[in-house]
Amino acid sequence: MSEVAQHYPPGQHPDMPPPAGQRGVLLWLRTNLFSSWINTLMTIVAVYLLYKIVPPLLDWAVLDAVMNAANRDECRQLGSGACWAFINDRFSILVYGFYPAAERWRVDMSFILLCLALVPVLFDHVPFRKPGLIFSCVYPLIAGWLLLGGFGLQPVGTDEFGGMMLNTVVGVTGIAFSLPLGILLALGRQSHLPIVKSCSVCFIEFIRGVPLITLLFVASTMLNYFLPPGTTFDLLLRVLIMVTLFSSGYIAEVVRGGLQAIPKGQYEAADSMGLKYWQSMRLIVLPQALKISIPGIVNTFIGLFKDTTLVLIIGLLDVLGIGKSSLADAQWNGLSNEIYVSIALFFFIFCFGMSRYSIYLEKKLDKGYKR
Amino acid sequence: MNTTTADHDMEGRSALSKLWTNREARSVILQILTMAALIGFFAFILTNAVANLAAVGKTFSYDFLGEPASYDINQSLIDYTSRDTHLRAGVVGLLNTGLVAICGIVLATVLGFILGVLRLSPNFLLNKISYVFIEFTRNVPVLLHILLIHGIIVHALPHPKVASTEYNLADLFFLSNRGVFAPKPLMEPLFWATIIAFVVGVGFTIWFRRHAKKVQDETGKIYPVFWISVAAIIGLPVIVFFITGAPINWDVPEFQRFNFKGGMVVLPEFMALWLALSLYTAAFIGEIVRAGILSVSHGQWEAAGALGIRRGRILNLVIIPQALRVIIPPLTSQYLNLTKNSSLAIAIGYMDIVATLGGISLMQTGKEMETMILVIAVYLVISLMISAFMNWYNKRIKLVER
Repeated sequence: MSEVAQHYPPGQHPDMPPPAGQRGVLLWLRTNLFSSWINTLMTIVAVYLLYKIVPPLLDWAVLDAVMNAANRDECRQLGSGACWAFINDRFSILVYGFYPAAERWRVDMSFILLCLALVPVLFDHVPFRKPGLIFSCVYPLIAGWLLLGGFGLQPVGTDEFGGMMLNTVVGVTGIAFSLPLGILLALGRQSHLPIVKSCSVCFIEFIRGVPLITLLFVASTMLNYFLPPGTTFDLLLRVLIMVTLFSSGYIAEVVRGGLQAIPKGQYEAADSMGLKYWQSMRLIVLPQALKISIPGIVNTFIGLFKDTTLVLIIGLLDVLGIGKSSLADAQWNGLSNEIYVSIALFFFIFCFGMSRYSIYLEKKLDKGYKR
Repeated sequence: MNTTTADHDMEGRSALSKLWTNREARSVILQILTMAALIGFFAFILTNAVANLAAVGKTFSYDFLGEPASYDINQSLIDYTSRDTHLRAGVVGLLNTGLVAICGIVLATVLGFILGVLRLSPNFLLNKISYVFIEFTRNVPVLLHILLIHGIIVHALPHPKVASTEYNLADLFFLSNRGVFAPKPLMEPLFWATIIAFVVGVGFTIWFRRHAKKVQDETGKIYPVFWISVAAIIGLPVIVFFITGAPINWDVPEFQRFNFKGGMVVLPEFMALWLALSLYTAAFIGEIVRAGILSVSHGQWEAAGALGIRRGRILNLVIIPQALRVIIPPLTSQYLNLTKNSSLAIAIGYMDIVATLGGISLMQTGKEMETMILVIAVYLVISLMISAFMNWYNKRIKLVER
């Protein structure tokens, strides 16, 4: 003791480490798991739950699972867990649907180009952002050409679209077109013109009041009645229109929330600068409103992407439709868990990614405003 | 004033462009144009519809609703046979939609509040478990949940023959791939006394709560409101039930050759739809509840504590009212979503209104337009009703501001 005191002048003694049990792993355990008797009890319950759920799940999905087999019976002989051989067998049809095998590179190509087109839209600090954005605007045309064919490529009918590719096509198209439409509807709902306003309100409330599935039924059974006699158009196109209209109603409400959150002073300031309606919206109001509504918009997009599975009910074979119908195969019958779990994983990866991106964006946009 | 200076600037321009620069005139022109476009659009699709219907020889009428439906419905809350009309089939479907929606809303709310509270718990493990559960549940399409759970029920649960011996709880409940079989209550006439007692209990509780609040406002005296309410709502009917000699009989399911006879059955389709919708919506409600509780600042706890209020009463009087204000609006839209998502029943063959009226009736009669209009109208009415109710409730709990 006296030695220590000699080395340090008064008040200059370096801090001693906290006593054992007040630091490191032990402290963490105490504060997070055993802080009170209730907390301890909850820890025990949680550990028991994990013990009950995790090992059997692990056994089923990994340890006892069979990767390669010719049919279900062989799977059952090889292991008691999941029969992933089924997914192996069906993988290409789950991804591409009935797209002609020789032309599948076009689907791959358009997916890779989609990723490239998304980068400049999603992130600020990327090289060549300006030309990249132009490419993103042109992308829909390129993708349409690649997927549908024509102009030198072998044409492929939309009835051959299917699997994850169909989900992505419906999802991406719906997202791309519903955002501008939704913004217009939101502006219409905030408009001072009573007729424009009431039209927007009626449309939005109608869309939000009915399930998507009824709209899809309308698209598949009833829409032809409303077109000039003799016109028929593609079922996929009809579905795309309905999905776009549906999600634009939800986007409109999210954007309206953003518009209402902008202080009145901003509108008045824009007016007093002599800006016209569209100028003030484009330069002053919408940038702020959209920024606030980003989390809601991304949530709507996640919902839209999940809702693309509903097309199976009107007979389009998306990934879930193909999965469901391949259960009827006598060789692989009764393997519903395997197929549904893998499809669930596919959706989880995409939707979870989107929600993470929205959190990243929120943080990025929030920076300047934190006190 | 503005317009006069503007008028000076615009001398020499055409009358039309003057009209366009005037704010009122422009708004009138724009609205007339919108109106014309709208009328034109509806006229266009209506003439097309009339022409198309005439071309295939169909007429627009709801007469088919009175014709026999001639199809069976496996679950019905009211009496129904295949000889009944399409209208009645539609009503059966509507009731089934209502049943699954109400059961789903109840279970989803309970689970969602539990998840939301667990998400905020200081316990690391439970916190993370609920986080993983919420993220996995809400990032997967609800249709996939429905199909997955239906698949598990149909494939993993045993046939009734096995269930009658193995998946059997006290010879009363049986868990099989044809559904959950349970005893069915058969009421005797005297059971009405219990129901009346229940109604009286609820009425008394409402009155007593008001009275207790008045007494507390005037004198500061606090009654044990919760326990008295419990006694009135649960205790009174139970006492009356036993005084009248337990006037209820149970029809117990029994296994006979191929399936269970008697009792009541919860079909696998209903179970799958109910569980899937509840779990899916509960994940969303969990996040809503968490956000709502977090939105009440910590200072509120401390301020209430400084006033010397007990912890339970702080939660009741300070935290929950403020959190509810944030929770209710998104909760409403989740209830609406659940109700609309119940239309996915058609994927597994649960007979809701889309499956009866918009499905089989449509196929049998070929009346696409009429049935779809009916189905859409029904959903619109349900949605408007739920949001009207929740708006009313929201207004009631809104904090009164200066």
